[in-house]
Amino acid sequence: MKTVLFDLHKSLGGKMTDFHGWDLPIQFEGIVSEHLHVRSQAGIFDVSHMGEIVVKGPQSTEFLQYILTADVKNSYANQKAVYAILLNEEGKTVDDLIVYGIGPSEYLLVVNASNIQKDFDRINSLKEGFDVSVENKSDTFAQIAVQGPKSQEVLQPLCDFDLSALKFFRFKNNASVNGTDCLISRTGYTGEDGFEIYCDPVGAKGIWTALLENPIVKPIGLGARDTLRFEACLPLYGQELDETISPLEANLSAFVHLNKGDFVGKDALEEPKRMLIGLEMEGRSIPRTGFLVYDDHKEIGIVTTGNFCPSLNGVYAICLVEKKEYGDDEFEIMIRNKPMKAKRANMPFYNKKYRK
Amino acid sequence: MIPKHLYYTKEHEWIKVTDEGLYVGITHYAQDQLGDIVYVELPEVGDEFEASEAVSVVESVKTASDIYMPVKGSVKAVNHALENQPELINSDCYTNYIFVIQQEDNDLEGLLSADEYTKYIEELDQ
Repeated sequence: MKTVLFDLHKSLGGKMTDFHGWDLPIQFEGIVSEHLHVRSQAGIFDVSHMGEIVVKGPQSTEFLQYILTADVKNSYANQKAVYAILLNEEGKTVDDLIVYGIGPSEYLLVVNASNIQKDFDRINSLKEGFDVSVENKSDTFAQIAVQGPKSQEVLQPLCDFDLSALKFFRFKNNASVNGTDCLISRTGYTGEDGFEIYCDPVGAKGIWTALLENPIVKPIGLGARDTLRFEACLPLYGQELDETISPLEANLSAFVHLNKGDFVGKDALEEPKRMLIGLEMEGRSIPRTGFLVYDDHKEIGIVTTGNFCPSLNGVYAICLVEKKEYGDDEFEIMIRNKPMKAKRANMPFYNKKYRK
Repeated sequence: MIPKHLYYTKEHEWIKVTDEGLYVGITHYAQDQLGDIVYVELPEVGDEFEASEAVSVVESVKTASDIYMPVKGSVKAVNHALENQPELINSDCYTNYIFVIQQEDNDLEGLLSADEYTKYIEELDQ
């Protein structure tokens, strides 16, 4: 599948790759330079492959409170984006998503591209007894992320309202960007300040092109999107989260609101037996997803993501390991049958620069 | 783009024949596919390998790729500059060799000429 910006990516020299059935740019000028550009300037990402599911109806608030881990009830009143987890009956992760209350009884759920159909089926299967409708509107949305310390500076000239009024994780619906009607939120997946813009695919080309007219702005591919989110230790579904991992194991208890009442999977959430830890490699070889992790020569878990961190000039790994107290420097990761030394590193590896 | 005076393999290595031995590196096509190279695992000097055995590993942000022995021989030298600056391969892949082979004989059978390699990557891109 192609996003509406496909031809523009090709003309900008994007190297295309298959990502869950989508033909998307993995890089333009290079992952490391794109990564560093986002950390210092502003970059734009085509994230139109993300899914959009609309839940509406008189009982939509009660319904989402029942199927999601986070409390969404003030999302519309406060124009607040809510990060939440959709659990299965076992208390493990079906998907992680963002909820926008776009009306008193209407919500936009932004879900991972790889999970659109699965989420849609799961949400539908839970709606019996609730007066709600669930619609997969993914084809009617394009999404562009503007990320980096200069995001506000480059996006403001295209907007009809004051972006500085939009705080971290707040959103504005029916805003105009480059003359196109959009939902815009101060959110992102890089650990930098930035915005995500949801609009009709027809208007997306104009927004993308207008942003690129500013020489500060560069297009950024999926490769740097992954290294940026990894450095900031933001979870990626399929790696830090999947249907065998609970959000409590993935250190996401802040997004599991146990006091809001009953929700699907809540009773199954146990005291976690595993946890995510950060490690920094002594050497330069890269621990990839699934490689085994050892503490004092005893196997304790696996790497969920490992890579070179361009902003930190070192190699790091997020690892899912047995939950217990560990020392600082007795770790090893098996890379091509060789145990490579690693020491504990605080997460996030890169300190997030949100404008709160 | 593809230097005429070198030999090549289908694994996208180049081989330069000199009096001191065979210099081995990776081609422009290979470094372009890999993207930003962040680590090169160099072999030990003196290690002996059969042709086609994996000798070295080049890692980029995207992936890890084995480097194979183009001919039977032993490792005579390695390019230590790559230990601290693996990105040298991205900036100039035909100057920044990875290792040098001491060959037991002078058999270059199975290696591709520049013309043959050019044709090979043209077919890959189709």
